[in-house]
Amino acid sequence: MLLKSLSELNGTSGDEGLVRNFVRQQIESFTETITIDKMGNLIASKNGNSPGPKVMITAHMDEVALMIIDITSDGFLKFQPVGGIDARILVSKPVQINESLIGVIGAKAIHLQKRSERQKAMSFDQLYIDIGAKSKEDALSKVKLGDYAYFITKCELFGEGLYKGKAFDDRVGCAILVELLKNDYDFPVVAAFTVQEEVGLRGAKVAAYHVAPDFAIVIEGTIAMDVSDREEEGWVTELGKGPACSLMDRATLYSPELIQWVTDIARQKGIPLQFRRGSSGGNDAGTIHVSKAGIPTIVLSVPCRYIHSFASVISEKDYLACLNLVDELLKDLPRKLGVNLIDKEEIV
Amino acid sequence: MSLDFAMLGQLTQIFGPSGSEEPVGEFIANQLRPYCDELTTDTLGNLIVCRHGTGKKIMVAAHMDEIGLMITHLDKEGFLRFTTLGGVRIPNLVGQRVKFSNGRVGTIGVEKLEKPSDFKLDKLYLDIGVSSREEAELFVNIGDTAVFCGDFVESGSRIISKALDDRIGCFVAMEALKRTKSTHELVFVFTVQEEIGTRGARTAAYALEPDLAIAVDVTMTGDTPKAHPMSVKLGGGVGIKVLDHSMVTSPQIKRWMAAVATELNIPFQWEVLEYGGTDSGAIHISRGGVPSGVLSIPTRYVHSPAEMLDKRDVEAAVELLVALLERPEF
Repeated sequence: MLLKSLSELNGTSGDEGLVRNFVRQQIESFTETITIDKMGNLIASKNGNSPGPKVMITAHMDEVALMIIDITSDGFLKFQPVGGIDARILVSKPVQINESLIGVIGAKAIHLQKRSERQKAMSFDQLYIDIGAKSKEDALSKVKLGDYAYFITKCELFGEGLYKGKAFDDRVGCAILVELLKNDYDFPVVAAFTVQEEVGLRGAKVAAYHVAPDFAIVIEGTIAMDVSDREEEGWVTELGKGPACSLMDRATLYSPELIQWVTDIARQKGIPLQFRRGSSGGNDAGTIHVSKAGIPTIVLSVPCRYIHSFASVISEKDYLACLNLVDELLKDLPRKLGVNLIDKEEIV
Repeated sequence: MSLDFAMLGQLTQIFGPSGSEEPVGEFIANQLRPYCDELTTDTLGNLIVCRHGTGKKIMVAAHMDEIGLMITHLDKEGFLRFTTLGGVRIPNLVGQRVKFSNGRVGTIGVEKLEKPSDFKLDKLYLDIGVSSREEAELFVNIGDTAVFCGDFVESGSRIISKALDDRIGCFVAMEALKRTKSTHELVFVFTVQEEIGTRGARTAAYALEPDLAIAVDVTMTGDTPKAHPMSVKLGGGVGIKVLDHSMVTSPQIKRWMAAVATELNIPFQWEVLEYGGTDSGAIHISRGGVPSGVLSIPTRYVHSPAEMLDKRDVEAAVELLVALLERPEF
């Protein structure tokens, strides 16, 4: 299954190669051109020569992970996060380095901790990865500084139509984008599988500049906090209530007119839709919508519980509804863009 | 020609939080139609008012958006939760009135707090006078935005109102366009989304590729009791920006602006702002770089519903902008 394969591949910011190769194989037979730009974005296009608006659809390939930044004299690996990771989730978890090497994030056993130590979460500085090395030299024979360590999680179905897995942010978007490329639309479609979103929306910035689309759709995985200890107003999104349309985040304020369009299409087609009710975070839309002279951009996200951790949870229903909604939006887009986005009045 | 402060009064009261600047744009377009050759609204919603000429292409930028709130949640009893749009001071919110584009007004309340340090945005709610979610939905939806209520009042030589940041900049630009006899290509851009990161100015500057840009915006002052030291005061003249977090003005631009002001006896003060930025921050690094400056209107209580400025500084700003447009030689 596509989502499972994508979820289990390792690819953090700056190390998206495995994901890129996999996606490339998946889409080769139904796209016209495939290029890899200087940042490493995978850019695929369909109907490049047909008239009409050029639409760019993006999903980022990178996931959050750890980077090895030092090796102690005893052969333990020190690390820093690549993207936003809560240090409190790391203790005693297994990680994978360089496809074959297993490590464990170590910490002092509870028996040995002072009372004051137990009351405080450990920071990145206090944590290390144990790869079973006997010395610094031994460790250096297996890893080098700059190598990445990844969460290890099998993607599995559980509960009623839920999936657990790592890297749903944003392999869920990559999977939907691959599926969309199988469809035919009668205008130019450019799929951009972007790099380095988690460290600052960097791949999308250059992709938007050189693709220069007339319209952009970003497909994401986003925060869902519909869990027991949270009041309803803090949920942001809920599992099983359909894709989430973004209203505002730290990088973008979405056009009320386009949000209305998304709402109308979802209602007409009977597709469940919710809004992303919060303003934290940001995604590739942040750099896309202000590229060049401005690009109208919307974001649809699949809600993910426990995002940026070893095991996120999504609902299969939301995934399918998101795919369905983006497809319906694309079908309606030529009509929508027929209405002038730029309003010009000459005064005589 | 005296300045049309009654028009400023109208301009400040129009609904225009970041992302919903359309009503402000419509008002400005109607005012300026007799004074320009072309009116354009671009992808992000910037209003671009062009008066053709020869010589340099000069961009004047003032932002239409004001700070506000966005609704994120409606509860069973009809109370609303919100997030902030732009630099809203959360400790000052309790008891403030806010207004939606449809005219509905609400007041901001706070949950019972265990201790003062618990005071945070997520403890606040907006009460729009309804008793259920269903009733609330008749007036407000998730994603709707609201602005603070703050009447326009003249108090001596001073003006007090909401949204003087930056309707005063729009006003100065509008009045300057009405007065100026400049023969250069003039592009007045009334920008969107300045308060959340100078986003409108960024795309407008890219599209327009000006030879020179001047932004008009408010700045803070240091002339109130125990204020943070800043040598800008109300009534001291128009501010010529030296520095803020988004830009350091080039010596040529500063010299040019000060020389023109000095020659015409227009009162001005050097402005060094330790916080914030303006549209020029985005414009000056567009493409290969655009020579840019900022004229600032000294304003007290910026980002409150009762911002205060002095009419004499506004007059100085208009005079200086008119003169700068007529001789962009630096």
